[in-house]
Amino acid sequence: MTPAEKKNVFTGLAFTSLWIVGLCVFTAYPVIASLYYSFCDYSILKSAVWIGGENYRELVTDDLFWKSLGNTLLYAALSVPLGTAVALALAMLLNCDVRGRSFFRVVFYLPSIVPVVASSMLWLWIFNGEYGLLNGLISPVLGWFGLTPPAWFTDPTWAKPALVLMSLWGVGNAMVIYLAGLQNVPKELYEAAAIDGASAWRRFWHVTLPGIAPVVYFNVVMGLIGSLQIFAQAYIISDAANGGTGTHDGAPARSLLFYTMHLFTTAFHDLRMGYASAMAYVLFIVIAALTWLATRLSRRHVE
Amino acid sequence: MIYGLLGGAACVFLVPFAWLVITSLKPIEQSMTLPPSWIPRAYYADLGAGKTEVTLDYRTRQSGAVVERVAGENAGAMLFLADDQLAQLTDADEPLRVLQRVEPGWWRATEKLPRDAPAGTPPRWRFVPDSDVESRVKFRWENYPDALGSLDGGSSDPASLTSKHRVSFWRFTANSLIVCVLGVIGTVFSNAIVAYGFARIRWRGRDAFFAVTLATMMVPFPVLMVPLYGVFRELNMIGTLMPLWVPAFFGSAFNIFLMRQFFRAIPEELSEAARIDGCSEWTIFWRIILPLSKPVLATAGVLHFLHAWNDFLGPLLYLTRKETFPLSLALQSFQAQNGGVQWHHLMAASTVTIIPVVVLFFFAQKTFVQGIATTGSKS
Repeated sequence: MTPAEKKNVFTGLAFTSLWIVGLCVFTAYPVIASLYYSFCDYSILKSAVWIGGENYRELVTDDLFWKSLGNTLLYAALSVPLGTAVALALAMLLNCDVRGRSFFRVVFYLPSIVPVVASSMLWLWIFNGEYGLLNGLISPVLGWFGLTPPAWFTDPTWAKPALVLMSLWGVGNAMVIYLAGLQNVPKELYEAAAIDGASAWRRFWHVTLPGIAPVVYFNVVMGLIGSLQIFAQAYIISDAANGGTGTHDGAPARSLLFYTMHLFTTAFHDLRMGYASAMAYVLFIVIAALTWLATRLSRRHVE
Repeated sequence: MIYGLLGGAACVFLVPFAWLVITSLKPIEQSMTLPPSWIPRAYYADLGAGKTEVTLDYRTRQSGAVVERVAGENAGAMLFLADDQLAQLTDADEPLRVLQRVEPGWWRATEKLPRDAPAGTPPRWRFVPDSDVESRVKFRWENYPDALGSLDGGSSDPASLTSKHRVSFWRFTANSLIVCVLGVIGTVFSNAIVAYGFARIRWRGRDAFFAVTLATMMVPFPVLMVPLYGVFRELNMIGTLMPLWVPAFFGSAFNIFLMRQFFRAIPEELSEAARIDGCSEWTIFWRIILPLSKPVLATAGVLHFLHAWNDFLGPLLYLTRKETFPLSLALQSFQAQNGGVQWHHLMAASTVTIIPVVVLFFFAQKTFVQGIATTGSKS
């Protein structure tokens, strides 16, 4: 290295030094320590004892682990496609030449910045089985068919769908990204397609979708990663379903026992931090695998 | 057609907000009605001493009478008896005095005692027909001070707690603001410095290091949770607000990426000219790049504020004592301890939690939208 190059390396390292510390202390060390703990019997109260693959072996036979994994995958499988569809639909409506676009954009975006605690309280109330707004509105309609509305968050069958509906209220973020993507699709392509007599559906399928494919890919992957880590809403709502007893078992009937919640209670209530670290690494692998899969699929379709 | 769809969707997105605010301005019993009522009201009726504000408890389906026991240990007690019950008791020679005849469909109306009424004052009540009930639209703003006053979760009765153990709403707000403001300062400065190192200086190893930086965005937080708790324990920060804002001073991959993109778009000639004039890299960064980068600094700052204000898992992990709770955690523990029946108070407190982010949004709308749109274009 020439002295000038050396000086540059020094300056570069100096500017990034804060991040070097941050990366080591708040990311790199935890990632490595977590892997080590996952092979240990460990709680914050006593030091880690190496037990090999025992934690992972136990996971395979742990019903709660499978339950929480199943719940989480089901939630992701429902909320990600629905969220994508709703966000894309709203973005396409806004992308039409409409008056009051900025007003509508604000309306659709605002719910996504509402603090999760506040939105959980609000939806607990709206989905309330007895006096909730939703049941108040739909029970007369259902009544014609002789049906009664579900109790949503206190009914094991309907708790997850209710959570999915609640998540749709927060699609504003994805919608803004889609809208930006749609505005980057060249107008000429639409004009050419219109001249060729392509129907609206064909224009969507052959012009819009390929044009925004990278954005869709990005949003789906982010949505997937986010929904696999769902925590706060489920924690707050299932705590309320338990009457605030502080037993975070994913009430009602463990239907809201999501992966991160189970991991959190295992680590910080049961103080089984080694076992929780093994769970964390399984999640890491699942997320990495799904991201890799999405990348493979998108390579085939995006280009 | 498009306007119909947009309008319909807008209604669906707005109704929850409307319901939040409406519930927060109602007395609790008006939240518990079927079908739901949209307008907070106050009811007035004459209970014998002029018109007073009343609560409508229920409608009776039967005719009967309000009677008063004349003798016995319950003398003076008033009760409503349907006709058949009345006949039975009269046959049994109970000493009763009929105060009021009641027709089917009348409301039982109970006097709403003023908030400063001495404890134990029994409210008066009476049955009144619809025509005697006057209803007016009235927003119960006093729900807000009541809710915020009881936010420490002990009890909705302020008298039952000594002031020593009470944590005021302002304490929770101050905690939230400390975390947010210090975090924003840290985010803006640390990430700008680091991003400059990645964007404007050419050095060996830079691109590999940047690739590693981007890769860390993939790591899910649950993987870091347990060892991070250990790190902050070693640093004696558990139970304080520090774990919630100190990391912001050491950069974050996303913000570094965001600012690097912006810095790279600034023409290189500006830096070259300054270098020829003998400016150090720090001077170039501080005097030239930073002043040109206000939009991206604002974006990172605003997004961090939002993130810190809304965070729930972080405070839940690191905080133990109520005095250190930010608003989000205080609201949740209030809900958990009250069993979630004080809907009007819950909605009032939730509204207060939402207001700062909504205000921030309206002040920095452009910043928000641009920041998020940039997020999506990185692939």
